[in-house]
Amino acid sequence: MTPACPLQLNDHGRLRHFLSLDGLPRELLTEILDTADSFLEVGARAVKKVPLMRGMTVCNVFFENSTRTRTTFELAAKRLSADVITLNVSTSSTSKGETLTDTLRTLEAMAADMFVMRHADSGAAHFVAEHVSPNVAIINGGDGRHAHPTQGMLDMLTIRRHKGDFSQLKVAIVGDILHSRVARSNMIALKTLGCPDIRVIAPKTLLPIGLEQYGVNVYHNIDQGLKDVDVIIMLRLQRERMRSGLLPSESEFYRLFGLSEQRLALAHPEAIVMHPGPINRGVEIDSSVADSPRAMILNQVTYGIAVRMAVLSMTMSGQNEQRHLDAEKAMQQEAH
Amino acid sequence: MRIQISGARLLDPASQLDQVCDIFIEGGKIAALGDKPAGFSVEQLIEARDLIAVPGLVDINASLREPGYGRKGNIASETRAAAAGGVTSLCCTPFTKPVLDTPAVAELILDQARDHGAARVYPLGAFTQGLAGDNLAELVTLRDAGCVAFTNGLVPFASNRLLRHALEYAATFDLTVIFQPQDPELAEGGIAHEGAAASFRGLSGIPETAETVALSRDLLLVEQSGVRAHFSQITTARGAKLIAKAQQRGLPVTADVAMYQLILTDEALLDFSSLYHVQPPLRSLADREGLRQAVRDGVISAIASHHQPHEADAKQDPFAATEPGISSIELMLPLAMSLVQEGVLDLPSAIQRLTSGPAQAMRLNAGSLSVGARADLVLFDPNGQTLVGDNWQSKGSNCPFIGHCLPGRVRYTMLNGRISFKQG
Repeated sequence: MTPACPLQLNDHGRLRHFLSLDGLPRELLTEILDTADSFLEVGARAVKKVPLMRGMTVCNVFFENSTRTRTTFELAAKRLSADVITLNVSTSSTSKGETLTDTLRTLEAMAADMFVMRHADSGAAHFVAEHVSPNVAIINGGDGRHAHPTQGMLDMLTIRRHKGDFSQLKVAIVGDILHSRVARSNMIALKTLGCPDIRVIAPKTLLPIGLEQYGVNVYHNIDQGLKDVDVIIMLRLQRERMRSGLLPSESEFYRLFGLSEQRLALAHPEAIVMHPGPINRGVEIDSSVADSPRAMILNQVTYGIAVRMAVLSMTMSGQNEQRHLDAEKAMQQEAH
Repeated sequence: MRIQISGARLLDPASQLDQVCDIFIEGGKIAALGDKPAGFSVEQLIEARDLIAVPGLVDINASLREPGYGRKGNIASETRAAAAGGVTSLCCTPFTKPVLDTPAVAELILDQARDHGAARVYPLGAFTQGLAGDNLAELVTLRDAGCVAFTNGLVPFASNRLLRHALEYAATFDLTVIFQPQDPELAEGGIAHEGAAASFRGLSGIPETAETVALSRDLLLVEQSGVRAHFSQITTARGAKLIAKAQQRGLPVTADVAMYQLILTDEALLDFSSLYHVQPPLRSLADREGLRQAVRDGVISAIASHHQPHEADAKQDPFAATEPGISSIELMLPLAMSLVQEGVLDLPSAIQRLTSGPAQAMRLNAGSLSVGARADLVLFDPNGQTLVGDNWQSKGSNCPFIGHCLPGRVRYTMLNGRISFKQG
């Protein structure tokens, strides 16, 4: 619904930040997937490192707790031979009253080349890329409810590797769409990659307003929504949702929207099941489904490293390219 | 000082004047319109051919930030900004530090305004002590100290019972009460209009019903108590309809809208710019259309700036963490002219909603240019332009219009027959 976000692209249309999938062309998403595919081989080798980011410093700055995202970003950067430091900022500077801007400028002064950032506020990564550190490559590791673009891309890699061509697929996203940055990134990625039938399945209390702008079909009945789908993406349901009156209980949610074996049988016989993790067994997904060969939950983690290697290396190269372009421009201006 | 303003088109909706005529000012008052009175020796002649003279604008909601928030603004800086926008009378909000809930704070503001102000300042008093929503402020004492009306802003009353009693007490003394209707529970956690734009950006929403539910409740309590009520900063089309229905029923309620709310919509949120973070939020295109219609119909009889200047730091954070508000008072005339240029309002209606409309809502002796009235007026060039940000007066540069070119240019603002702002 928006024009390409020029903030995250350099003058040549290459990534210099990675903030959101909104506005990125299909070719760029496909290139990320192709690059990630090639890095999957690196992960399978005895020596898992490539020198693409040697000499570069990557700061993981997590203002919100995370285990798998932070660790896989760290591994991805290390496999690209970058120097990596990880700060759990939620427990350090901000509790001393330092602003986000000051925290990041301090890190920038340590000659960081890239920030991988997670923050509870939607738009936080945009803010940093636009107003704080435009010359540091900003990777959005999740901002509020807005976007989780590397998760979106690793989900797309999972789908492509196991189901192939997006143009033939029916994909269902089930659960708490309203609060989910993963769902928003997935809807945009699926649309951009040409998926013709994207379904979201949830009660009205867990659906955001204006879903039509994503071009998705809404279902309130999971049995109807799962019919013949090729991919099922389950979302995590957080306990707070019961407290704020959006749902009566976990057990009623499971009864109405949980993924059981019987419900899985409604989907295409070769349908795969995905989940961004961490999973709530018996809340949104039954253990027998989570542990079945149809579940891709652990493959997603493995692919996550490859996708993050692809995003990190492509963005670093685009940011470096922009730095050169800016330096050239500055020299030309001086010559005049 | 005896002043002759020569050749201007005089437009005063309150006295239904719209004609080219000279204006004669003596002793801070309008001495005559048209022909020079006998024995009037001109000390200053203002050549105003091609300019329009209107009553000084009346802005019934502006935060001047003094006392307590000097980094954001003060009475001197923000009334200078007001004069630059053509405003000569304004009502300042009680959201100061300390809160304007004692006569001492009212007197401090009035003293500062008298000594350093470039506009007439009418304080709005806090409806409850400390704006806490429980114990009433000393309303009559505050009225006697100069407060023209009372508001609790967006802070809710602790209970409907307390609100009911507060309204009845205010009604006893014929005080004007200002509501900013927003149900705190429906709005809880929200930072933007609940609609497609906020949803796409993952910004949590404030539903339309946050306004309409509170407004419906307030209207019923107003009717029961018989209090004189003004509804401030209506943002939704349905809210405006509720006001219209109440007026049709004969309830003596008035309403205003923020100028920027008639121009901007929630589409502006798409790049997360904190300049568009306001409370209550920017609403949908349909809401803006409903508000514009209500202003045309006179249901909303006042357009106010809802001026909220901030220091740069207040806006330097991710959207949700920033302070809401736009510094807008010095664009009142140019923004009004942009509505006129766009065909939203005709010029007399626009001027009426910025002068006698708001003056009547707050019962201020202002907003008209008849003979004998105070010489508070604006001379502006309807064909000129204002490059926003040029010669900026407010301490707050949190204004999304900076860098834009708006139609109309204030040339002179006069307060009490003295020039309070002037530019070429």
